[in-house]
Amino acid sequence: MYDCYMIVAEAFKNVEKDGQVSGYQFGLRIPFFSGVVVSLVGRTELSVDGETVPEEAMSITLRGQTYPKTALVNDPVTRWEFGETGIVTVFKPGGLSKGEHTIDVRQEVLIGWQTGGIFGHDTKKLRIEP
Amino acid sequence: MMTKAHSIKRAASLYSFQEEYFLGKLNLEDLLATCQQLDIPGVEIIGEQMIPGYPHLPDAFFEQWHGWMDQYGLTPVCLDQFIFPQIYKGRRMTEDEMVASLQEDIRVASRLGCSIIRVQHSITSSILERALPAAEKAGISLDVEIHAPNTLEHPFEQELIRTFERMGSPYLGFVLDLGIFTSRFPRIITDAWLRKGMKPEIADFISDSYDRGQMEQLEDGIRARGGTQDDLDVAFFAKHLVSSDPRKLLPYMQYIHHVHAKFNDMTDEGWDDSIRYEEIIPVLVEGGFSGYLSSEYEGGWYLQDAFVVDAVEQVRRHQLMLKHLLGEDEQAAGKGA
Repeated sequence: MYDCYMIVAEAFKNVEKDGQVSGYQFGLRIPFFSGVVVSLVGRTELSVDGETVPEEAMSITLRGQTYPKTALVNDPVTRWEFGETGIVTVFKPGGLSKGEHTIDVRQEVLIGWQTGGIFGHDTKKLRIEP
Repeated sequence: MMTKAHSIKRAASLYSFQEEYFLGKLNLEDLLATCQQLDIPGVEIIGEQMIPGYPHLPDAFFEQWHGWMDQYGLTPVCLDQFIFPQIYKGRRMTEDEMVASLQEDIRVASRLGCSIIRVQHSITSSILERALPAAEKAGISLDVEIHAPNTLEHPFEQELIRTFERMGSPYLGFVLDLGIFTSRFPRIITDAWLRKGMKPEIADFISDSYDRGQMEQLEDGIRARGGTQDDLDVAFFAKHLVSSDPRKLLPYMQYIHHVHAKFNDMTDEGWDDSIRYEEIIPVLVEGGFSGYLSSEYEGGWYLQDAFVVDAVEQVRRHQLMLKHLLGEDEQAAGKGA
């Protein structure tokens, strides 16, 4: 459910830090029918143009606060609300080249009563504009 | 058709409008205003879905909520809760923590003015028993959802009924999801499968097997028709639908406190494609049900890959059908005469 809405195209761009292109961003919505605390946001399996991106390179921004992706599992308080677009920032000096890129995300949500959860999957072709 | 006297009321679960909310087209107040426009008296909400910050909410939110209830002429009926047992890294929630989570829901439901909590189906009798004193004190009923593939005859529901009997409290019971009366395989689901590339003969085979109640040979039949693992995976979903006999409710009516009036596809003719409401509502009337029928639209999930979902129109049609089956249109005609 909500798979086709996971990747938010409007937020896709390269980002700069201290005058240098330090990586890129895209918007992500959680593929589940309610909000969740961020410790329930499981694995984010991201590949860009077929290349796997490690979670250690990602940070997540929710309502102006930025968290390392790997820290979310320790936070049972902060919420990623239903339909809320979180910004995924990937550290990649130089960013992505101009033109079209294929973003592929499998996002886990740990909503099971026992262990485990569900995965949503979305792929979109997005452009880095000059 | 004269409808027997009853005191069944209508509501809508805001869950019905989840697509519009998710996409930011309609916010919580817009949805409440929509309920008023559709002449819906009662409202049901999933806290985790449409109340940001749930369950730790400021006083200002509750003031706003009751202001909206007054402004739009609505009665808060039901809060739907979840327990998420995996929120702590490396361990599952303890039962104490689950009880505390449900007690938190009771506190919020009380402040919202709801008289019912829809308790998720995964709950245990023990958690219910331990949370019951807080619910009784707040005057809130803890009602476990009966949802496909389970029905009242399943061992888990039978165990809950024994718990209800033993506790003897009017504040324990069920929310009945009408999805357990899916008598015809939903066309909206097979259409979605076909868009994803399923062979028409396999989609037909699955829906025909369901309609005939012959699901035992499903996997073999799919394989024989050249089905893929993807086909087998989605067919597994078909095994989660149930076509129960509404009359099996009658011995248990005292425990049914609230109804999720599930639907996926209100046709242009004004009937649901797969759930025969005209056979269910007379049984609820006969059994003396006096709670709310809460419209619960779920068809958007099967459309969103290809269409703009219009839950407002779907709920409008559903409420018209409910009014008709409850005899409200006869009453209106009588008043006018």
